Amino acid sequence: MKKELQIDLYHQMVLIRRVEERGAELYQQGKIGGFMHLYIGQEAVSTGLIAAREPRDRVITAYRDHGVALNCGISANEVMAELLGKSTGTSKGKGGSMHMADTSKNMWGGHAIVGGHLPIASGLALGDQYAGNDNVTICMFGDGATNIGYFHEALNLAKTWGLRVLWVCENNKYGMGTTVERASAVSEIRQKAEGYGMKNGQADGMDVMKVYDAAKEAIDFVRKQGQPYLLEVDTYRFRGHSMGDPERYRKQEEVRKWEESDPIGIFRKQLLEKKTATAKALDEIETHVDEEVAKAVEFAEASPEPALEELYADIYAE
Amino acid sequence: MAKITMREAISQALMEEMDRDPAVFILGEEVGVWGGTYAVTKGFYDKYGAARVKDTPIAENAIIGAAIGAAMQGQRPIAELMTINFAFSAMDYIVNQAPKLHYMFGGQFTLPMVIRAVGGGGRQLGATHSQTPDAVFAHFPGLKVVSPGTPEDAKGLLKSAIRSNDPILFIEHATMYQVRGEVPDGEYTIPIGKSKIQREGKDVTIVTYCKGLELSMKAAEELSKEGVEVEVVDLRTLRPLDMQPVLESFKKTNRAVVVEEGWKSFGVGSEIVSRIYEEAFDYVDAPIIRVAQKEVPLPYNRMLEQAALPQVPDIVAAVKEVLK
Repeated sequence: MKKELQIDLYHQMVLIRRVEERGAELYQQGKIGGFMHLYIGQEAVSTGLIAAREPRDRVITAYRDHGVALNCGISANEVMAELLGKSTGTSKGKGGSMHMADTSKNMWGGHAIVGGHLPIASGLALGDQYAGNDNVTICMFGDGATNIGYFHEALNLAKTWGLRVLWVCENNKYGMGTTVERASAVSEIRQKAEGYGMKNGQADGMDVMKVYDAAKEAIDFVRKQGQPYLLEVDTYRFRGHSMGDPERYRKQEEVRKWEESDPIGIFRKQLLEKKTATAKALDEIETHVDEEVAKAVEFAEASPEPALEELYADIYAE
Repeated sequence: MAKITMREAISQALMEEMDRDPAVFILGEEVGVWGGTYAVTKGFYDKYGAARVKDTPIAENAIIGAAIGAAMQGQRPIAELMTINFAFSAMDYIVNQAPKLHYMFGGQFTLPMVIRAVGGGGRQLGATHSQTPDAVFAHFPGLKVVSPGTPEDAKGLLKSAIRSNDPILFIEHATMYQVRGEVPDGEYTIPIGKSKIQREGKDVTIVTYCKGLELSMKAAEELSKEGVEVEVVDLRTLRPLDMQPVLESFKKTNRAVVVEEGWKSFGVGSEIVSRIYEEAFDYVDAPIIRVAQKEVPLPYNRMLEQAALPQVPDIVAAVKEVLK
C-alpha cells in the first residue's frame, strides 16, 4: 500500500477516536440525546474495509456508524452536527447518532433495527445486478445480528441470486451484554456462511492492514465471481454497548487486556517500525485531528436547529 | 370503454408500466413460472423473462427488504405478497423501514416501490389467511395505502403507484378478481389520495372502499327501489386520506354510514366518523353507524364466516337506522 494511503488511514482512525471521545463528553453534558454507540476499539475494521472499496461500491451498516460515516468521507462537521441534531447534520438532524448517511459518498446508512439492513443490502446489490453493473455492496453488522431471521433470509437470497454483497461480521464478542457463546449456536460466525454454500474468510480486526488485505481479496472475489462472501472480523469494543451501559457482563481486566491491542497503537507501531512515518509526523496528524474535531464541535454548536417546518418535510417524496 | 375484470385491469397496469419503464420489475412468491397465485402475472414470465419477473424464496423479509434496497438505489420494484396476511412476517419493513427511510435520513433516500397484497375474507381460508388489516397499515405516516374497488380505479391507481416515488401498499381483495367494470380505452392514470363519489344521492352518505364499495353499491340499488337515494363515497386511498368529498357529501345529506370489511374497533370507520365529527359536527342529524366485521377471528365454516363478514342487508339496515 502506498505510503500516503497508510498515513491517511492513520488519520482516519485517529479522527474516529477523537470524534467519539468528544462525542462522549458532549453526551455526558446532555448536548447529544438518544442512544449513542461508540466504535472505539473497532476503528481498524471499517477503516481497512472501506479503504479497500472502489468509490462506486456501496456501504451499509448498523447503528454503530460514526466511524463508517467518517471513513466514507462524510466530514467530522456533518457527523458532529447530526449528533447534536442540527440542520447541518448528515440527515438534517432527523436521524441522530444511529442514522447517518450520504448517498453521494455511497454510505447507505446507519440502520438501527438489528439485522434489518441485511435484506436491504441484498436489495442494493439486486439493484446493481438489475442495472447490469458489477458494483459491490459492503454490508457491516455485529455478531448479534447473525442470530436473527433477517441474516438468514438475506444470505440465502444473495447466494441464490448471485448478488454482489460482501457481508462483514464485526465479531466484537458481545451482542449488547450477551456473549457470542450464550447467543449463537456456533461461536465462529463464518461457519454460518457454510450453510449457504457461501465463500467466507476471517481477519484480525485490530490490525488495519490485515483487514485491508482480507477486504481487498474478498471484494475482488465478489466482483469477479458475482457471488457473495462473508468476512468475519475479530474485534472488540473498548466502551460499553451504548452510553448507558453499566457493563456488568464483563470484567474490566478483560477490557484492559484488549486495550493492549489498541488498533491505533498497533498501526502506529507498524508505521514507525517500517519507517513509513516518523513519530513527529504522526504526532502532527494527531494535533491536526484535535483541531479538526474542535472545529467540528464549534461548527455543530453554532449550526441552527432545524426549522419547525422541517417537522412535516420529507414524509413523502411527492 | 372496454369491460374487463379486476384481474385484467391489474394485469394490464403492470404490463403497461413494465413496457413503459425498464426500471420496473416484479418480485414475489410464485409470480413467475407459476404465473401468480391469483393469476395476475400469468404470461409475464414468458414475456419479460426471469430478470424482470423474479420468483423469490418464501421469505417475506427478503422480498420486501430487497425491494426497499433496490428502490433506494433507483430501480422501481413491485413486490408481491401472496396475501396481506404474510405482511405480518415483514411488518418491520412495511411499517418500520419503508415509511421512515426518506424522512429519517433528511430526504436522501427515495423509495419508488409498490407492495401488492391480496387481502380479505370470504374464501374459507381460516383465521390466519382471511384478514382485512388495512387500518393497521394506514396508521403509519410515510406509507401510502391504496385499495381500489373497481377495475377502472385499480388500473389507474396502480399505474400511478408504480410511477410514484413513495412506498405504496396496494391492497387488492381476494374475492374481487372477477368483478367486471368498464375502463377507459388507452392510457390513463388516477391520482393517489383522491376519494371519489361512485354514486350520487341526497339522503344518506355511505363512506367505504374496496370490498365495501361492491356491497354498498348493491345496498344502494336496493334502497333506491324503496325511494332512498344513497351517495356512495369511495375512499380509494386510506393514507393520505382525502376527506373533502366525504365532508361535502355529508354536509348535503347530514347522515352517514361507514362500511368496511375489517374489524370495527380502531378501524377505518373509527377514523372517518371522528373526522366527520371534528370537521362537520354542526351538520350531524343522526349518529353515524359503522358496518364492519364481527370482532372474531374469521372462522372456516362458510355459514359462520359469512355471519362474521359485513353483508348487504347489514348496510341496508344501517342506512334505515340513520334515517329514523
